[in-house]
This record gives sequence, structure tokens and C-alpha cells, in this order.
Amino acid sequence: MPLLHRIARKSHPVIAFILDGEPCEGRAGDTVLTAILNRSEVLRVSEFSASPRAGFCQMGACQDCWVRLEGGERLRACTTALAAGMRIVTAKGRAA
Amino acid sequence: MSRRLDVDVAIIGGGLVGSSAALALRGMGMSVALLDKGFCGAQASGVNYGGVRRQGRPLEQLPLSQRAHAIWPRLQALIGIDGEFLRSGHLKLARDEADMAALEAYAEVVAGQGLGLELIGHNGLRERFGWVGGDVVGASFCAGDGHANPRLVSTGFASAARRAGVHVLENTPVKGVTRNGAGFALEAGDDLSLSARFVINSAGAWADSFAAAFGESVPLARIYPSMVVTEPLEAIMTANIGMEGGGIYARQVERGNCVVGGERALPLDDPDFSRPRGEGALAIMNRAAELFPGLRHAHAIRFWSGTEGAIPDHNPVIGLSLTTPGLIHAFGFTGAGFQIAPGVGEVLAELVRDGRSTTPIDAFTIGRFAPVPISTRTDRGSGAGEASEPQHPRETRS
Amino acid sequence: MTAPAQPLIVGAGPAGVRAAETLVKAGLRPLVVDEAPASGGQIYRQRLVADERSSTALYGSEASKAETLHRDFAALAGRLDYWPQALLWNLRDGKADVAVAGTSRKIAYDGLILATGATDRILPMPGWTLPGVFTLGGAQIALKAQGCAIGSRVVFLGSGPLLYLVAWQYLKAGVDVAAVLDTAPFNAKFNLLRGLTLEPAVILRGMRMTAELRLRGVALHYGVEDVRVEGDRRVEAIMWRQGSRSRTLSCDGIGYGLALRSETQLADLAGCRFRFDQRDRAWLPESDAGGRGSVPGVYLAGDGAAIAGADAAELAGERAGLALLEDRGLAHAPERAVAIERALSRIGRFRNVLESAFPFPAHWAKDIADETPVCRCEEISAGEVRRAVGNFEISELNRLKAVSRIGMGRCQGRICGSVAAEILAGETGRGIDAVGRLRSQAPVKPIPLALTMAATGGAEAAE
Repeated sequence: MPLLHRIARKSHPVIAFILDGEPCEGRAGDTVLTAILNRSEVLRVSEFSASPRAGFCQMGACQDCWVRLEGGERLRACTTALAAGMRIVTAKGRAA
Repeated sequence: MSRRLDVDVAIIGGGLVGSSAALALRGMGMSVALLDKGFCGAQASGVNYGGVRRQGRPLEQLPLSQRAHAIWPRLQALIGIDGEFLRSGHLKLARDEADMAALEAYAEVVAGQGLGLELIGHNGLRERFGWVGGDVVGASFCAGDGHANPRLVSTGFASAARRAGVHVLENTPVKGVTRNGAGFALEAGDDLSLSARFVINSAGAWADSFAAAFGESVPLARIYPSMVVTEPLEAIMTANIGMEGGGIYARQVERGNCVVGGERALPLDDPDFSRPRGEGALAIMNRAAELFPGLRHAHAIRFWSGTEGAIPDHNPVIGLSLTTPGLIHAFGFTGAGFQIAPGVGEVLAELVRDGRSTTPIDAFTIGRFAPVPISTRTDRGSGAGEASEPQHPRETRS
Repeated sequence: MTAPAQPLIVGAGPAGVRAAETLVKAGLRPLVVDEAPASGGQIYRQRLVADERSSTALYGSEASKAETLHRDFAALAGRLDYWPQALLWNLRDGKADVAVAGTSRKIAYDGLILATGATDRILPMPGWTLPGVFTLGGAQIALKAQGCAIGSRVVFLGSGPLLYLVAWQYLKAGVDVAAVLDTAPFNAKFNLLRGLTLEPAVILRGMRMTAELRLRGVALHYGVEDVRVEGDRRVEAIMWRQGSRSRTLSCDGIGYGLALRSETQLADLAGCRFRFDQRDRAWLPESDAGGRGSVPGVYLAGDGAAIAGADAAELAGERAGLALLEDRGLAHAPERAVAIERALSRIGRFRNVLESAFPFPAHWAKDIADETPVCRCEEISAGEVRRAVGNFEISELNRLKAVSRIGMGRCQGRICGSVAAEILAGETGRGIDAVGRLRSQAPVKPIPLALTMAATGGAEAAE
């Protein structure tokens, strides 16, 4: 079950993206964090204990929501607007 | 009320050199006071790059370096922690044929010293160190070298010394040291009077004033290396990396962070403290992203710098004072002291006990300098050590 | 062409906006650098796109303040330079390094106003890193800016006015609020009566919210201790103790915070002198009544200088702007400055009242279980921190950082730094003011290795 629950913007235009290989839909106005957590319950896996994480502060301070694109680029999910076609990876621990 | 302490040896400066000397001297049964104006291992020894490297050192340093080489794998037994020492090998890269020729020439000069250098061509490099990209024509590999965590090693030596019975006196700046009969009298901190038969001056970038107090002037300048560390990454770099001619050095710790250095920082208003320049740090970062494709998308999470004592001929001062019996100097490692420091500690203990060392140190005598007036010293650094890999910065303070 | 040095304002929240407005009115052209895509800071954060909710639905009783602030800042367009989504990552020698749109620019400034705001202060508890646990600020951002609830059945935990405000906002938005767990005992709330003469509207609003929460059946628990979050891969329940009673409540989202802590990294990099503030239990940059820091030309305003809230931030931003004008020999409305200082002083007294009504549970620090992670980035447990203190005989915070890695991770100690100080103070039996403060290092937030340096700096170059 997803972690977040939409209570607004439910009928805003769809933004299609890929999450760990799966086609997904976000809504216009979503951050990457919002888009992922409306679909999933985990954003990333911690580097040292492989524990699940889903962000914490949502204001770009705690740095606990960095995710990757398939090409290797890093995004801080809570401060990055979702863009159509993003191919996001949350499944792996340390980034290559 | 003032405190008094009588010891065999007073050591000024609780860096890795002073702490390892303290530990070795305790092992010989001597009473020791280790004095630091701040915290032991908090200066150059504790925040340097962490390279444990013999390769690239001048010939005259190699006997000392080999002595230290034997100590590094024994840290667990010696100080109770392994200091994250990793015998990864040290890979020195050549950007062009001239660099490669320099590496070959070095390998020839140090043949017979036991470094076991291996020259690697372009293809071999791609095969064995495929994670190195950029325009690199070849390299020289020293499999026995590696890297360690300076924060732990320097603090670990001081802690081990304390456990062994050394009087470790932190936040206790030495305000005066004078000859007193057969020994020395020191005034330190707010209220401490010390008498000692021997004094070791291992005060790093601050050592020249203690030498000067005994009529020995040294052209000691300050350099401020600039370091960058990345977020934790998957295992990419299997060796400690250097570059012929300087410019960049890099290593990856077991936890995954890559430490990259290669530019100079600048001092703050108080020249005891420094911090990287933004453009300098960016230059290193860009260079690393170019040289190591695996770091192309990585983020830098922290910079640091430090204050390192540097001498124009790139060699430290190690040995007996030429003016004052019982005074022994060990400072000015010019960005390359981390690896040899534990060996220097043993040598200093021998100098105290025997008046001589079994390891040749004549090249490092304080007598090699023509008298230099203190005023020529600059806070901005003399440019000394420009071509070497700086290894001894000190964390900044604002 | 090199742009002429202009005043630089960091942050476009209540303090930064009012500072900018003050400078613009005096004919100066400041550069405003802000990490967010739009003005408002965290408290008046704007949505990325408009949605069906009204401003009142979003900001409640503060709607008009939020709208006014956004409108006033928009009205400054053309008379200032504004870089949204820009990270000021380094300060040195009177220049700033600012990453904007993938490029880093070197900015020479003439006057620096730091309006860097605050983040939630926390103490670790078992399970606090589980998905579904967010800060109170994070829970509020999810709701207001993103139109999402952090769960379908949510518990709010902690101390401070934000605790009840966020709970009430969730209730208003139709979310099932399972409980509000206040770490302070109920009788601490009687202290609020002392605030009635200082800020009656704020007190009454708080009382109304609490009453409404009760009326709608939300359980309010006071004096909660020994809190732990249960769950395998995400939040499933919260457990706590009240007196001798242990309680459990199932939930799938938790908003947690113990009031706020100032973002002071840039003040540190700017070379400002710090003092220990007993009320905030934190080292804060020194400043005079006008917001002048110890470094000439550096001004501090808003929650980044000391926690005082949004109203105070607007006033302090304006006051810092006036101080900058005065220091430049420009017309600076001294009577207005006096009035602001008087108002800020009253809010300061009100802060003391709030602090007594919502005290920080400092005693929790000694009870953090050894296996509980303290640092989210480097995953360092309380036990590892305590062992490092003991093994290396550590007495100072930067030394603790050196040997334990606490504060060395991606967040640079934003979350764990104050916790490490509390633990070190506890382990060494000294006050938290006696263990030192973490020195800040650039970059204040992660930046890409491949970030390129622009050939020229200045506001003009970026446009």
C-alpha cells in the first residue's frame, strides 16, 4: 500500500514515469517524493543496513530521500518536481 | 595553585608523531608527558588525506618509510584498533609519456629498496583498473601501500599512549621551554610547571617557534591542502590513486565514500585555520568526475582543509638539536607525514634512549639549512610541497 | 561585464521577503537566493501548481499573512534579482558560491542578510527511521504543498505549537487523526495563561484548535515517555508509556517534532561568532537588536537567527534590512526600527512562555537505547556514539565527530548534531553548553562533482 494518500489534485493532468522498471502515473504538481510514495512505501534503501527509507523532513534538510535515475543521475526527491518520462530507481543501496 | 610534573620526556604536540613517540617511550619504561595546545590528533595528523604510501617518496625517506610499513598492519595489537588500514595498493598514474618516463626513472632509483613497484602500460591499466578513465597512458603500482583513517589512527595512538600511562595533557599550550640544569623547564596551560630530561618538538606547523627558542631557525612555511569527500558509493576504486606531477589524489574507504584532494585551500583571518576555496574544490571535483567515470554522477557532501608545516626541500626535520642537548625535533613533513609517522615515533624513542637511531635519518638534520631569519616565513605558504601529495591538512574552524 | 556588488539575501521566507522589500523601498537592488521554487519559506510554502483548495484551506487563520507575503514579494519583481531553486553552498572572503541550474556562480556581495529558517528538532526513538515517520514540518508540507496525507490513520507526537497546529490541519483536511501525543505534562499548559497578555490571539487560536481536536474525538495524551515506533517495513503502530501505563495505538503515519532548530551553517561559514542559547539549547550566531552579526555586513533574521516564529521573522527581516541601510548611511526609519524591536522583544517574552508550556524532553537523551540509530545518513547508533566517547575519552563535539562520524554524513549533522551534543553532555556529566558545537563545512548541502563553475558571476550573468 502506498505511504501517502492524495486528498487534493486528484484529477490534475497525469505525468507518466517509470519506477523500478514499472510504468507509473503522477500528477502535475507532484514532487518526485510525492509521486513515488503515492505508489510505493519506500523511496530508497539505506547504504549500510539496507533499511527502508521514505524521506523524513520533506524540506531538503535531512538528505534522506535521494533517489537515482536509470542513467545514474541523483535527485533529492522532496525538492525535485516530477517530470514526464523520468526513469527512477529506488531499489538499490549505494549508488554506483 | 600551580601543578608540578617531573617526567623523563616532555613531548610538545600530540599529533601522530608525538603520540607514537610517547607510546614507544612508555614501552621503554620512561615517564612521558604529551602536551597539545588543543586536542591530540585534531590537527594535521587527524584530518589529512589518509594515504599510507611509500611510492613517490625520495630515496632518503625510504628506510624510515619501510620501518613504518612494518608497523601499519600491527595497529590492532599496538593501539587496539586497525585504524581502517587497507592494503589496497597505491597506483600512480601517468598522463603522458613524460610522466611515464618519470615513473620509470623513479622505479629504477628505488629498485632494491623493497617497494616492489610494478610498471603498468595502457592496456594493463584498462584491464586491471578499468575504473580509471581519462587520458592516462600508464601507471606505477605499489601493491603494499594503501590507506587508513587518519581521524582514528591519530586519536587511537594518543588514547593508547594514555592507557599506557603517558600524561596526556590536552588544551595545554606550552608557553615557555628553557634549559634548566641537565634538563628542561616548561610552563604550560594555566598553571602547569614541568621538568623533563628530554624535550621532543613535534609541534607540526607550530614547531618553528620552539626550534627558534633554542637558536635553530628553519624555513617552515604553511600549506593548506583541500579535500572533498563524496556520498557513500558502491565499490569502485580498488587502489589509492596518485598522479605523477600532482593534481589529484583519491581513495575510496570501505564504507564507500571517496576522498579526493589536489588543490590548495587558503587560510582564514586567523592563519592557524583554513578552508577550501569554492573554485579550488570544484576543480578537484570536476577532475575526479572526469578521471573516474564511476564518479560522474556522485555528489560531494563535505570539504575540509588543514594547516601543514612545509619545508622547501620537501623533507622533514628529524633528529637531535645541534644547539641543545636533550632536545629532539620532528616536524615539517610537508604533506607526506602520515605513513612514516609511526616509524618516526620509534626513531624518536631510540634517540631519547640511545642518542642515535638504527634507521638512517642524517638527511633530515636541522643543520642542513643556512640560517634563515624568521621574518621570511609566510603564512600563505612558500609553495613548498607543490608537487607532492599533501597528506596533512587540518580541519578548519570558523 | 562584472555585475556591481549588491546586497545578498539568503532565503525567501517571511524574513527574507521583508528584508528584500525594505532594501528595494530604499532604492537598493538586492539579489535573493532561495532553494525553493517560490517564495514563502516553509511556513508559507506555495504549491508547485494551483489546486482546488482555497488559500484559507491551506494556511488557515494565517491565510491573509501568507497571501500578503507572496503578493508583496511578487510586486518587487523587476526591482530585485531573484534566483529560486538556487543553493548557496559556500561563503568565503566576502563571496558566495551559488549553484543554480547546474552551474555554480561566484557572487560578490555588499551586505549579506541570512534568513535561512529552521527545521524540526528531534530526538531519536526506536523505529524513527521507518517509512511513514515524518517530521511535523514534513507532514505539514505533504499536506499543504503536495495535497497528500502522510497516512490514512495518523498520530502526531512531540512538543511545540506546531504539534497541535499540524494535527488540526490534518483533521480539517478530513484525515483520521488517531491521537496527539504531547511529551510535556498537561500542567505545563497552564503556563500558556501567562501568554494571554502578550499574544492573546495566538493563545486563543491554540485553545480553539485543541478544543476542536477533542470535540472531534481525537485523543490527546500528555506526558508521554518511552515512545517507540513499531513496524517491519513501515509504520504499523506506536507505543508509549504514561506514568506506569504502557499503551499502543495502530497507525500508518506519524508526524514527529520537538519544536525547531535554527539553520546556522551559513552564519558559521560567514565567520559569525556564536553564543549558547539556553532557551533553544543550541549555539546561535550572535546578533544585536538590529540583526547585525559579529562580522560587519552580515545580518541575521528569522528562525535562522533564533527560533521566534513567522510573525517575528517578518519583523526581523525588515529590521535587518533597516540595519543594512543604516550601516550604509542611507535613510533607515529609526522610529520604525524601535517599534520593531519592541514588538520582537514582546514575541521573545512570548517564546519563553511557549518554551515552558512545550518543554524539550532533554532527559530522553540519556534513555536512547544503544541500538537506536542517531545518525540517519551514516547509520550510527546511540551505543556507537557512547562507545566512541568512552574509548577515546572524548569531551568535545568535533572530536566526537572525528572518531564516530556523527555529523559527517549527507545532512552534515542537521538532524543528529543536537542529539550527539545531548548524548555527549550526558555521558560526560556536563551541560550541553560545555561540549562545543559542530563546525560547519561547505558544501552546506550535497553538490554534484560535475557541477561546473561559471566564467562570470553576478546576477546579470545568470539572466
